[in-house]
Amino acid sequence: MVKSNYCKMISRSKPGPGDGGNTGSWRVMRPIINLDKCIPVKTGKKACFNCWLYCPDCVVTKTIPPTIDLSFCKGCGICAEECPADAIEMVDEASQTAKEK
Amino acid sequence: MHIIESGNVAAATGVKLSRAQVIAAYPITPQTPLTEKLSEFVESGQLEAQYIPVESEHSAMAVCIAASTAGTRAFTATSANGLLYMNEQLHWAVGARLPIVMCVANRGIGAPWTVWNDHQDSMAQRDVGWIQLYANDHQQIIDTVIKAFRLAQTVSIPVMVCYDGYLLSHTYMPFDRPEQSEVDSFLPAFAPKHFLDPDNPGNFNTVTLPDVRPGVDGVLEPGYIEIRHNLHQDLRAALTSYEEIDRDFEKQFGRGGTPFVEEYRCDDARFVAVAIGSLSYQLRDVIDTMREDGIAIGVMGVQMYRPFPDEAIARALAGKECVVVLEKALSYGNQGPLYGDIKSALYRLEERPVVHNYILGLGGREIKTQQLLEALTESCTKPQAIEDTPRWIGLKLQE
Repeated sequence: MVKSNYCKMISRSKPGPGDGGNTGSWRVMRPIINLDKCIPVKTGKKACFNCWLYCPDCVVTKTIPPTIDLSFCKGCGICAEECPADAIEMVDEASQTAKEK
Repeated sequence: MHIIESGNVAAATGVKLSRAQVIAAYPITPQTPLTEKLSEFVESGQLEAQYIPVESEHSAMAVCIAASTAGTRAFTATSANGLLYMNEQLHWAVGARLPIVMCVANRGIGAPWTVWNDHQDSMAQRDVGWIQLYANDHQQIIDTVIKAFRLAQTVSIPVMVCYDGYLLSHTYMPFDRPEQSEVDSFLPAFAPKHFLDPDNPGNFNTVTLPDVRPGVDGVLEPGYIEIRHNLHQDLRAALTSYEEIDRDFEKQFGRGGTPFVEEYRCDDARFVAVAIGSLSYQLRDVIDTMREDGIAIGVMGVQMYRPFPDEAIARALAGKECVVVLEKALSYGNQGPLYGDIKSALYRLEERPVVHNYILGLGGREIKTQQLLEALTESCTKPQAIEDTPRWIGLKLQE
């Protein structure tokens, strides 16, 4: 057998949201933004955005107010740690899902 | 042009003629002179390549993986514990289907510490998925390196070119150095199908789930098991591709024609000794002596070990009375790895030869021609006796 089509299969995917699966389902702690404390919301200016900058999964938007895509947020808590205004609180995911039901 | 040089320089010259573009290596005995020669070639401008010094073998392979993913022809070399230190990255390189070429100057493995030749280092890597080729002399080292680059890029699988430490790496022998123009026409420039391309971004080898699933564009993507199945299928098909590459090489350079096994006086033989590397050439002297005594014996050197050329081996050994596998490696607690593979290749035959296994030369123990003669004579005299497997040659046990 002479084969010319080697390497038909490799792990190569298009980058984009959800490429690593529905990673939001891994979350045990959920970040919640307190808009009263959030600097861009308070000042009305496109300022700070440390949460957007530090999020390793790029799920925080650089908008007023900032939003978090919970489909892919793994709940690592880096945004809460980096927020200079302490505007982000990490809360138990189970309590939130119970509330949503 | 014929030159007289060491086996390591033969390997380095093959790499230079193959126009490797990125070389990353960490020196280890007995591979060191090979990497030194390559750094000389790069420093003097004879080889247009990036020579990247690294702090370990693991890093050497990591650099080759990165360089190959970026679409360049990458090379490294190592021996023994250095090869073992690379192990995790070896799996990665083959899973990522990167056509890296690596020379292994075969050496025993510590503990206890040893720097001398046996085959335990590369044999311990037989199941990672790399193609393994073995050279028996200096000419085969330089030729095999050139063929390895073409094979690797044809099948998108990395290739190890193994040769005996010291016995070949440090000895000087005459060999033909092919002309650059000839190598250029034999080995086309590397044009990878998949590589890091800013105009066409992609994720390579990220977490791949157990099952198939659609990607972000909705196209179904293979799961882990499909990708690994494809690797195995390609490795089996690589046997045919290597046969073709070897045929092309023979057409161009007048050498080759035995891609899988090299037989010597096997045609009319009742008995066949089997070995890997320079030992198979040493055995030719023994076979000549035994032939003078009227014993119909030949020797077969195995030059490709993975993928295993099982059909070629079964064909070569079919109808023989006894096959004697002499090995410088051991699957501890079981038997020699080549012995096991050969027995399984012969299982398909209706009339199967008896197969004997001898372990010898571990940690560089000198292999004396007289000892080989005695062992082979014993096997040919009593082919049915296989109760003690493996047998050992040259053990000096104190009572």
